[in-house]
Amino acid sequence: MTPTPSSSSHRLPRLSLERRLTSPWWLSWVIPIASVALALLAGALIIASQGVNPWEAYRAMFEGAFGTGYGVAETLVKAIPLMLAGLGVSVAFRMKLWNIGAEGQLWMGAWAAAGVGLFLYPAWNLPPWLAILLMMAAAVVAGGLWGAIPGVLKGVLQVNEIITSLMLNYVAISWVLYFVDILWRDPGGLGFPNTAPLDKAIWLPKLTWIPFLPKGHRVHAGLLIAILAAVFIWFLLNRTKWGYEVRVIGENPEAARHAGMPIVRNIILVMILSGALAGLAGMAEMAGVAHRLQRGLSPGYGYTAIIVAWLAKLNPFGVLLVAVLFGGLLVAGDQIQLTMNLPRSISDILQGLILFFVLGGEIFGRYRLRLR
Amino acid sequence: METAFIITILATAIQAGAPVIYAAVGEIFAERSGILNLGVEGMMLVGAVSGFIVAVNTGNPWAGVIAAMLAGGLLSLIHAFLTITLHADQVVSGLALTIFGAGLSSFLGQNYVGVQGPQFNPIHIPVLSDLPILGPILFDYDILVYLSVLLIPLSAYFIHHTRPGLHLRAVGEDPATADVMGINVARTRYIYTFVGGVLAGLGGATLSLAYTPGWTEGLSGGRGWIAIALVIFAFWEPWRAMVGAYLFGGVQALQFNLQTIGITIPTYFLNMLPYLFTILVLVFATGERMKRHLGAPAALGIPYIRGER
Repeated sequence: MTPTPSSSSHRLPRLSLERRLTSPWWLSWVIPIASVALALLAGALIIASQGVNPWEAYRAMFEGAFGTGYGVAETLVKAIPLMLAGLGVSVAFRMKLWNIGAEGQLWMGAWAAAGVGLFLYPAWNLPPWLAILLMMAAAVVAGGLWGAIPGVLKGVLQVNEIITSLMLNYVAISWVLYFVDILWRDPGGLGFPNTAPLDKAIWLPKLTWIPFLPKGHRVHAGLLIAILAAVFIWFLLNRTKWGYEVRVIGENPEAARHAGMPIVRNIILVMILSGALAGLAGMAEMAGVAHRLQRGLSPGYGYTAIIVAWLAKLNPFGVLLVAVLFGGLLVAGDQIQLTMNLPRSISDILQGLILFFVLGGEIFGRYRLRLR
Repeated sequence: METAFIITILATAIQAGAPVIYAAVGEIFAERSGILNLGVEGMMLVGAVSGFIVAVNTGNPWAGVIAAMLAGGLLSLIHAFLTITLHADQVVSGLALTIFGAGLSSFLGQNYVGVQGPQFNPIHIPVLSDLPILGPILFDYDILVYLSVLLIPLSAYFIHHTRPGLHLRAVGEDPATADVMGINVARTRYIYTFVGGVLAGLGGATLSLAYTPGWTEGLSGGRGWIAIALVIFAFWEPWRAMVGAYLFGGVQALQFNLQTIGITIPTYFLNMLPYLFTILVLVFATGERMKRHLGAPAALGIPYIRGER
């Protein structure tokens, strides 16, 4: 274990890195595409280990997610929570705040929205449009407050937000399941642990006017909410003074401090905004797809959203696009479980692999590799 | 009744602390070398499942332990390659490792959920195990628990009183100077990231082969993250990590045993306890750290590129 400095450098050809001063325009396209291709190649080995032809599996996955109108619709359905939660994560990451609590913030948003939809709406006899707005508001508040906890701890006490935000995921899910299983459990639910369904009038409306999608698809107004949210976030970050502060604090905290920017306040605000967006994702999934609060409402959208945000380079419109691709991956995972008898976890493995390869590939954009 | 309850709590705490000790000490090694590995949860899961699979198929729990350690170590090398050789962001790479590990473990374990396998049983030491009170608290554990206790003084001694331990700390505090002194920074970091993975895998095996024998998806239930929190709580010292792990174990023990003494809190709230406890511990430790100006290893999370910075 004692290092022998000179000998090691002569045995093997050494990789050395040279920082690129300029990079050719095509590099920023070729690298991510090549990285994903290599990730799929690595995934092929894992699929092959199950005795399934990987190319057939990939073809089935692609066709399942993008090959039919039904597949495209389901892909969009799964993309909606990824878009909203991904936007939330990307806002926090912009400021180098590692909010990995989107999953819990999503659950809290779904919970609060369900409370409004199941109880306030009938009790106050609200008009449906108002009830939907109130559900959204409740989700924003609940998700935002859940995000504010690690935000305050980080801003005021400098407590590591990675761990606190993650721990709160477990707390949030336990909290919501208490309501799903016990307090709000539907007595007529035939023993299934879920709440009663929302009144049809306050479901997020289906976007029946989208051309080419088959009749009876499930794409709902959450898609519009997500697109609006992306525009909003883009505007906020790129066209307002506050957005400028957030970007400066993220890129150069030292400069931000010298310029007298309110760092603590912005940490808390960004975490609230981040949590609010994830909360909206939960509301959209609850009021647009499940139409009730139930176990398994989110198959880990909040975690996939982290990958989505990172692969989109934290660009809001990029998040929309990457969310569609990852929505497709989730649909594809369900698809091959049905048709090829492959476990659904293949899509989790592919998510991780894609992130590995894209991360590893990034260096080729910044550095030239030399073998010496 | 009262003493019986306290004995149960203490004994469960020590048992529940063991897997977390392995993972936390492993992370201490990695972070001391400057590598933050947030993939502990993923490595524990893969360690747990591969340990269980190998133990079932060979009938030998020790073979399982070795497989788990290898699996955790191999997984950590992905992180090492990305962060040390390719200078990738350590936070994102670690998160990727956890996501990948969670997927891989449920993939590998798909046919092993609910399967009965070999396990480590408590070792009955004549006389000692039969002592009243002290017997169940000190002398009624499986071998992996005893090894986790042994790991603490060994790793503390290694870090503070051996030459390789000195190099380890040098690389984590000031890699440029270490490099000038002739220490191979990259290799040192590879080694201790690997050690971290091996120990996380062992922690996983402690779950699947001793503490809660068997495999279910997501078996580690956030313990990998709790271990990372304990490293901060411990100021990167194995002894304090042990204290933290037993505190965590104590909370778990309460979670399981409160109902036996007639305190009826819905399990949903009891299940939150370890996570709330972890947040609390982190708040406390961070406050203390600020007051006493104790820092993380200075180069933690920063890639080392010779000639830059």
